[in-house]
Amino acid sequence: MNKQKQQNVTIKGTKDGLTLHLNDTCSFAELLTELKTKLLTNKHGDADQIVTVYVKIGNRYLTTEQETELKALIEENQYLVVKQIDSNVILKQDAVRVREESELVSVTKVVRSGQVLHVEGDLLLVGDVNPGGTVVAGGNLFVLGALKGIAHAGYRGNKNAVIAASLMKPSQLRIADIITRSEEERSEKEENIMECAYLDDNDQMVIDRVQTLPHLRPNLTRVERRI
Amino acid sequence: MGEAIVVTSGKGGVGKTTTSANLGTALALAGKRVCLVDTDIGLRNLDVVMGLENRIIYDLVDVVEGRCQPQKALIKDKRFECLYLLPAAQTSDKTAVQPEQMRELVLQLKQDYDYVVIDCPAGIEQGYKNAVAGADKALVVTTPEVSAVRDADRIIGLLEQEDIESPKLVINRIRSHMMKNGDMLDVEEISQLLAVDLIGIVADDENVIRASNNGEPIVMDPSSKASIAYRNIARRILGETVPLQSLDEEDKGMFARIKRFFGVRS
Repeated sequence: MNKQKQQNVTIKGTKDGLTLHLNDTCSFAELLTELKTKLLTNKHGDADQIVTVYVKIGNRYLTTEQETELKALIEENQYLVVKQIDSNVILKQDAVRVREESELVSVTKVVRSGQVLHVEGDLLLVGDVNPGGTVVAGGNLFVLGALKGIAHAGYRGNKNAVIAASLMKPSQLRIADIITRSEEERSEKEENIMECAYLDDNDQMVIDRVQTLPHLRPNLTRVERRI
Repeated sequence: MGEAIVVTSGKGGVGKTTTSANLGTALALAGKRVCLVDTDIGLRNLDVVMGLENRIIYDLVDVVEGRCQPQKALIKDKRFECLYLLPAAQTSDKTAVQPEQMRELVLQLKQDYDYVVIDCPAGIEQGYKNAVAGADKALVVTTPEVSAVRDADRIIGLLEQEDIESPKLVINRIRSHMMKNGDMLDVEEISQLLAVDLIGIVADDENVIRASNNGEPIVMDPSSKASIAYRNIARRILGETVPLQSLDEEDKGMFARIKRFFGVRS
């Protein structure tokens, strides 16, 4: 801003490579032209070496097309590789999605046969999941009640997701794309302990006491929502 | 303005029609003006159970399509002045009636009767939707079998989406000895799983079948256990507090009731 002459493109060299600071108040076309001339004039001397480029675009939102255009322009110079385009802003819909995927939704109801309860983030269900009912979450599943139906945690592929229930008697458990059926012999023992299900290092479903979770998934503890 | 109660179950053969017939008769026995509506179009049998089959002239579809007034299609019961039946059509199918038409019809019937008891067909399709359309309350009938309970659960889930009071549960055809041996789901287990209020338990009784075949609802026979059970359901609907019938020995029922009272889970 307070430079003698309004410059839309500032190039800074760091030990990691180049950082391009692009002004966010001029038009995109203007930006591209200036960037083009700057890149031509400032040809790097010591060639042969690939230089990674970080682009900081401030409060400008780039569409995917604009982003590829920008990237292509920089990479016209064969020694430059764009590592990251960093913007301070995101679309509202993306923000909403990010929030949904990270928030904990609490619901109190009985999920009955034929019903599907679907959330993008974590689910805290106060109530039962009856046989034939399904709960699906993008994150973790916590059931304060009897889980007798199908539970699917981390449905977008998050293998770190866990399923915990006050009474673990599911007909099927799914974490990411791993599916397990309930073992028949489990139904015999009548102990009412809270249990959780998670995937171990070999992608095997393990059911254990919830008390093991603090060691296995320490990132479940969070005071503030991650974003 | 009366009240419309739909009797439903999801699964077939658990005793919806028997429950409707007996509940209606028991309410009439208590001096209420009752109208039974059979919505099982194409597979009607409430009229048979009530012993009124040979009096049918007009039916539900005739009324809905405006071929006659509801009063004309209603059949007066043999036993009670205040009990009427609106039979289903046997020649059409469930699509002959729309939920909106049912709602209107039930609303009209509620002006003249204290209770409109709607017998719902099995399934969750059009027939179910028609039956539920005009109802204020719902009774869900189930038997102590896993499949029946599963369907009841499904139906309760669907009923929750309707503009209806939380449904009440009737557990029908209980065989106490099987329940005691653990060969059948027990009452506690069922009501805990379904998480709705229990309004009655009815023991399996051969006399029910005998009575149905004779077109005489079992409630008319005060010596039968099932009869008392249906009367108790009617009394609970009328707002009385009636303890659950003991299934076998006295202390079991008492004990279970005390446990339920204290919320103890077995």
